[in-house]
Amino acid sequence: MRRRFRHGAALTVGFVILAGAATGLMRLPRPAKAPTIGGAFVLTDQDGRRITEQSLLKKPSAIFFGFTSCPDICPSTLLEVTNWLHALGSDADKLNVVFVSVDSEHDTPEQMKLYLSSFDAHIRGFTGTADQIKKIAAEYRVYYKRVPLEGGGYTYDHSATVYLMDKDGRFVGLVTYKEPEASALAKLRALIVGKSLPFTAPYDGKPS
Amino acid sequence: MFEPLTLARTAHFAPAAMLSGVTFFVLFVAEPVWARAFRGREMAHLVLLARPILLTRLLLGFVVVAGRISPVVAQEIKTGDLQIEHPWSRATPGGAQVAAGYLVITNKGSAPDRLIAGTSPVARKVEVHEMSMKDDVMTMRPVPGGLPIGAEKSGTLAPGGYHIMFEDLKAPLKEATKFVATLEFERAGKVGVPFDVQGVGAQAPMPGGSGHDMSSQ
Repeated sequence: MRRRFRHGAALTVGFVILAGAATGLMRLPRPAKAPTIGGAFVLTDQDGRRITEQSLLKKPSAIFFGFTSCPDICPSTLLEVTNWLHALGSDADKLNVVFVSVDSEHDTPEQMKLYLSSFDAHIRGFTGTADQIKKIAAEYRVYYKRVPLEGGGYTYDHSATVYLMDKDGRFVGLVTYKEPEASALAKLRALIVGKSLPFTAPYDGKPS
Repeated sequence: MFEPLTLARTAHFAPAAMLSGVTFFVLFVAEPVWARAFRGREMAHLVLLARPILLTRLLLGFVVVAGRISPVVAQEIKTGDLQIEHPWSRATPGGAQVAAGYLVITNKGSAPDRLIAGTSPVARKVEVHEMSMKDDVMTMRPVPGGLPIGAEKSGTLAPGGYHIMFEDLKAPLKEATKFVATLEFERAGKVGVPFDVQGVGAQAPMPGGSGHDMSSQ
């Protein structure tokens, strides 16, 4: 009876250890083969300077995509980001904050500069040729599509996510559309000090 | 979100009240003291001169304060069976050539109506568009055939959804100004609607004031 109990206990302990190891393995980061977000690019900033992925190293970055002829989401996102940067105070200097245009036709460096003058001065604007934009969008897995409108004109469908990258240019997380400010700020603060981002459940998309 | 009666412009209220307070103090406390000190001297006429100026300032201060306290009645436009409330837009960032207009339309009639078109002196093209988010991708499209407003129903055009798209702006929209757009409804016909321009990226209409005020920062 006693022996059987011991056997049972040993089995149970063994099973628990195995299960624990399996869970641990599952939690380990996947090996490098998984698709990465971010990578090499060449663009031009709002002052006409050539920018590459190297220009964003040494500081963590928050990068998002849009275009200046966007009436709703882009000014809203830029204002949200502006509010975050104000809330971060002097820590905002420890971040690269970049608005990348998907509209090579209209968004010249001058246009980006003019547009961003209405928002926090930390926000930089990158633009480029159609091919350069295609390349960075592919690296960041950003969806964008030019949609012609009736009677001339066009608009862009585009990803509305803010990508968070560490100081070595590695992807660490996202701030999604209409994510509550407290959650976004917690992520940015963690990003600045190089800690892993606080877990937040995928946002349900309802306005905060 | 849409309170018809609100203590508006509280940001301006405090300085106005303070100004009145200071003037009150000067007029009724400090002034009699120095008036007594100067009595009979050469400067006395200057003191007498200052009195009406101070009094005017005090009265002006009261008027300003009273104006701020008085409830702001929500902007309402009626045409036929339709009632239009809170038409607002946003100041455009530098160089932007598009703007979105938002409002609430209530159809009090028993027949459905439809917002089909619009014109405005500020833009070369005015359309009803819908913005939507799917898998974190933003899309924006004209609403084919216009926006239906069912009988006894109300339709809200707000950020993140339907908006009136002002394209090809002739001039930037500036905060705390107004512009007019003529909206055309299938049944109710045309109606001029004054849009309040709020701050860049504002998310809701603020009666009598602006939301996130970018320009003052």
